[in-house]
Parts: sequence; structure tokens; C-alpha cells
Amino acid sequence: MKTNDLILQTTTKVVVFIILLFAVYIFFAGHYTPGGGFVGGLLTSGAIVLLLLAFDLKTLQNFLPFNYIYMIAIGLLFSIGTGAGSLLFNVPFLTHAFTHIDLPILGDLSLHTATLFDLGVFLVVVGVTMTIIQTIGGDE
Amino acid sequence: MINFLLLPILIPLMTGVLLIFFPKHIKWQRWIAGIFSFITIIVSTMLVQKVKTDGIQTLDVSSWDAPFGITLVSDMLSALLVLTTSIVAFACLLFSFRSIGEEREKFYYYPCYSFLIVGVNGAFTTGDIFNLFVFFEVMLMASYALMVLGGTKIQLRETIKYLLVNVISSALFVITVAYLYSVVGTLNMAHISERISEVGQPGIITVIAILFLIVFGLKGAIFPLFFWLPDSYYAPPVPVMALFGALLTKVGVYSIMRTYTLFFYHDTGYTHQILAILAILSIIFGVIGAIAYWDIKKIIIYNIIIAVGAILFGVSAMTPDALTGSVFYLIHDMLIKAALFLLVGVMIAISGTSNLKDISGLIKRYPGLAWTFFISALALAGIPPLSGFVGKLLIIKGGFEAEQYWGAAIVLMSSLLILFSIMKIFINGFWGTPRAYEGEEKVPVKTLMIAPVVLVTISVFYGVGSEVIFPYISQAAETLVNPEIYIEAVLKER
Repeated sequence: MKTNDLILQTTTKVVVFIILLFAVYIFFAGHYTPGGGFVGGLLTSGAIVLLLLAFDLKTLQNFLPFNYIYMIAIGLLFSIGTGAGSLLFNVPFLTHAFTHIDLPILGDLSLHTATLFDLGVFLVVVGVTMTIIQTIGGDE
Repeated sequence: MINFLLLPILIPLMTGVLLIFFPKHIKWQRWIAGIFSFITIIVSTMLVQKVKTDGIQTLDVSSWDAPFGITLVSDMLSALLVLTTSIVAFACLLFSFRSIGEEREKFYYYPCYSFLIVGVNGAFTTGDIFNLFVFFEVMLMASYALMVLGGTKIQLRETIKYLLVNVISSALFVITVAYLYSVVGTLNMAHISERISEVGQPGIITVIAILFLIVFGLKGAIFPLFFWLPDSYYAPPVPVMALFGALLTKVGVYSIMRTYTLFFYHDTGYTHQILAILAILSIIFGVIGAIAYWDIKKIIIYNIIIAVGAILFGVSAMTPDALTGSVFYLIHDMLIKAALFLLVGVMIAISGTSNLKDISGLIKRYPGLAWTFFISALALAGIPPLSGFVGKLLIIKGGFEAEQYWGAAIVLMSSLLILFSIMKIFINGFWGTPRAYEGEEKVPVKTLMIAPVVLVTISVFYGVGSEVIFPYISQAAETLVNPEIYIEAVLKER
């Protein structure tokens, strides 16, 4: 017998976007306030897990057709690449660089290569969490 | 290029990441893993030369000066160990191609393999105590995966044991680093050493030294903390076992060497005496195990514990000769243990069993295997022209100089029993009436033999050409004897 989970599914559709937005906010806030790639990644996978709870695995895989293992590898490439980029300039590994850019609407932005490193962390965390949950949950 | 000493860590890391993308294309996996592994050997050879000519190489990662950032330090000891690791890794990789089986290769065998090398090379190169912990974990996580990969019953059981022991010892590692940090207030190894010599090793530092001995003893399998090793190393397939036997315990040994010569050398009466006693007991218990078993894998596994004991006895004596001997023996042991495990692996592949009583007369049909095994057995026991001799000679000489007569005598006696345990395999397994084994025609003995023959050849050169090798080894031991050299190289401006 199928239970009626209309309320759960409708709420999920609204709440997931709020969580994802919060995850992105936490990710970008990491440099100046608490946050960063790790919590941002965990929040994102939290949102995906909520979708997994409200719907089922198949629907989710249709909706988000990611290969999470590739996501881990791409995240690692981002992080290592950011570090190894410094090899080209003959400065020690993982030396970061930053610059200020004035954009019309957003105003003064400080862009830092550490964000790219954090993006790698973000992808790895999402990839690892989702791989674990989908592998355990997807076992028939 | 100032990042040069990073390359032996970075290359396997990139290899591992690249290999995640196409797990099912086994041919590509093999080629890429093999080629990059070979490049790592070349790079680490160049690194050894660079350390030889230019002195200790340091790299302040992300441009933060020495005590504040993470520093990677490549002195001669770590450069030599990185080179040996790369050679052993390449040889075991060659052996894996023909023996590990497609089922395992399709499930990320080579990525895990590369990450293991990242961990080992990183642990040898780092100059920061917490970074050492992180590289330990990189190495251990990869080793858990390699140990359980395949999912047979014995692997699952032994991985649970191995995992439990290592999780506990890692937690103890963190606690110990926390104690040390609360006393000295720094994590950079050179800076820690400087701070400890300022306060002159009070009681709390000695307690921390013993805690480090427990932590690294659990990783490096000394008495009485070796209980997990014989069963755990028995479980995984042969190339993985060879890799573990040659590399993993030696990282623990290296860490004891590093901490006991760089940090805790002020009050050697207590700590080094305990280290000496434990090393001697490891030798005795290892010898008992090696003689007792009729299982060829078990005999070699117990020989790991004996070697760890011999190396640490040299460290505990703390004379220049003994330390030189320890470094010499450490490198010899990494090479020869890998070779022996691989040779035993070929024997098991041919006969289908590891029980010595079910094997006999292999020399008739496999003379190459037999004589390679014979040479490596003699090298293990330390017969003069071969590689085990110089190291053990110097360890014993150093032991006598430090007036550790009993210990040195036991190290000397242990050689006889090592020879007995290994000759037991040779006499019972290779002599006698030849038998026919099921499916032995299918075993690609010739291709399997490449890796162990390469390793044995290198170890023979290492022994015969010890005149050429010796300047490198003594440069490595010089840093151990005289920690000022290390500290000055890392904290340059003071």
C-alpha cells in the first residue's frame, strides 16, 4: 500500500531551494565568516538527501543524472590544479593569489584562488556523501 | 624548480585522480599507472642527487615561513626512502598486472594503489608533525581499501581487525600530538626540536616520547604491539601483501627514527633503554614465529618483525655507527622483503597452496625461481657480499660501542635463526621429489618473475656496491646524529 506523502513532497520542493541557497551562501561566505567548502558541501548533499527521502532513488537519478564518483575526481582535480598552478610561476606549491575587481552591479569584489580550492573541497564532499548514501541505499 | 621535492608526492596523486575517470578500461589503467610510477622513480633518483649535491631541500608550502606554515623537508634519509618506495611500488605494480585479476582491477585497484604511494612518500617527506598524521591517514585509508578489495571472507575478517587497531592508534596519535602541542606550542618538527632543547626534556616530554613509541610501535609492529600484523598481512593478495610488508611498517620505523633522533635525544637513559628492550623482544618473538610456522607467507611475515627489531635496536644505541647501520638495513629490508613476498607469491601461484608441507621439488622445473629465492634468502640473513651484511654489521658494532652487549649478541644470533627459517622454505619447497600441481601450466611464471628478479638484482648491487652507496647513507645518518643540521636547514634565518 502506498502512503500519501503529498505534504512531504510539496514541502520538499519548496524547502530544497532554500537549503541550496543557504549552502551557496555558506560556501561563498567562508573567507570572512564561518562556513566554507566543507559545510557548504554537506548542506548541499543534505538537500539532495531530503529529495531522496521525499521521492525515490530512481526519480532522483533522473532528476540529477550525476556520476558522483566523477564528481569526487573533478573536485580533486580542482584542488590539486589550484595548488599545482603555482608550479608554473615557480613559487611554492599551494601559494594563492588574489585580486580586486570592480564590477558594475556587484561592486568591489576580491577574487581569491582559494575559492577554487574550496570549490574542489565542495565537490569532493558532495560526491563522497552522495556516493556513500546512494551505494548503501541502492543495494537491492 | 623549488617545488622539486614535491613531485614524488604530486605525481602519484595526479595519477590516482586521473585513474578514477575510467575504471573499466584496464589496459589504460595499467599503462598510465605503470608509466607514472616509472617517472616517479626517475624523479626521486634526481631528488637524491640534488640532496647529495645541494644539501637538505626544504619547501615552505604556500609561501608561509618555516614554523608557521607546513614545511616539506627532504634530507638524505627521506630522499633515499622515497626512492626505495618508488622502486618497490613499481615492482609490485608490475607483479599486479599479471596476478591481481580483472575483477579487482575494475574496482579502483590502481587509484587506491597510487594513493597509498602518496601517503608513504608524503609521510617520508613531511616536516610537520600533524601533516605526518594526515599522510599516515592517507596511507592507511588506501591500505584499508586495498586490503578489503575483493571481499573474500578472510579479507573481511582481517580488515576489521586491522581497521580497529589503526583507528585506535590514530586516535592515540592525535592525543599525543595534542599533548606535545600544549607543551611546546608548535607543530613544525624543527621548531619542536628547538623548543624541547630549550626546556631540556622534563618529565612530561619523556611521557610524550613513550606515547609516540606506542603510536608508531602499533603502526610499525614492535613487541608487544605486533599482535595484529601476522593475521592481517596474511589476508590480502600477494602484490598488496608485498607492498604492505615492504612499506607500511617501515613508515612507523621511520617515524620512530625521526622523533627519537630529532625530538627526544636529551634524556636517552629512559626512553632509549625501553626502545632497546622492546626491539630485542621484537627480534626474539619474531624469530620464534618465523621458526614455528610451516606456512611460507607466515614465515616471511614474522621476518618483518625481526627486521623492525634490528633496525630499532640500532636507533636505540644512538651511536653514529649504529644509526648508519639502521639506515642501511632499513633500505635493504624494504627491497628484500618486497622481493621475498613476490617470490613466495610465485611459489603459491604455482603450487596453489602456502603450506610448505604440500610443496616440494620446485627446483627441477623452476631453477630461475629457486636460485633467485636462494640469493634473496642469503641477502636476508646477511651473508657478506650481499645487502643485509653491512647494515647488520654496523648495527652490531654500534651496539657493542654503546655497551649493549646482550642486545648486539641477540641481533647476531638472530641472523642464524633467520637463515634457518628461510632455508626451511628453500630445502623443503625446492629440494625433494618434484610434484605435479593443478593448473600450474596456466601460471605465467616468466612474466611474474620480472619484478622479483629486478628487486633482487637491485639489492645485490646495493650489497656489492656498498662502497658507492655508503656516502649517501652516511649523509643520511649524519642528520640523525646531528639534529642541528636539520633544524638549521628548516629554520633558515636564525
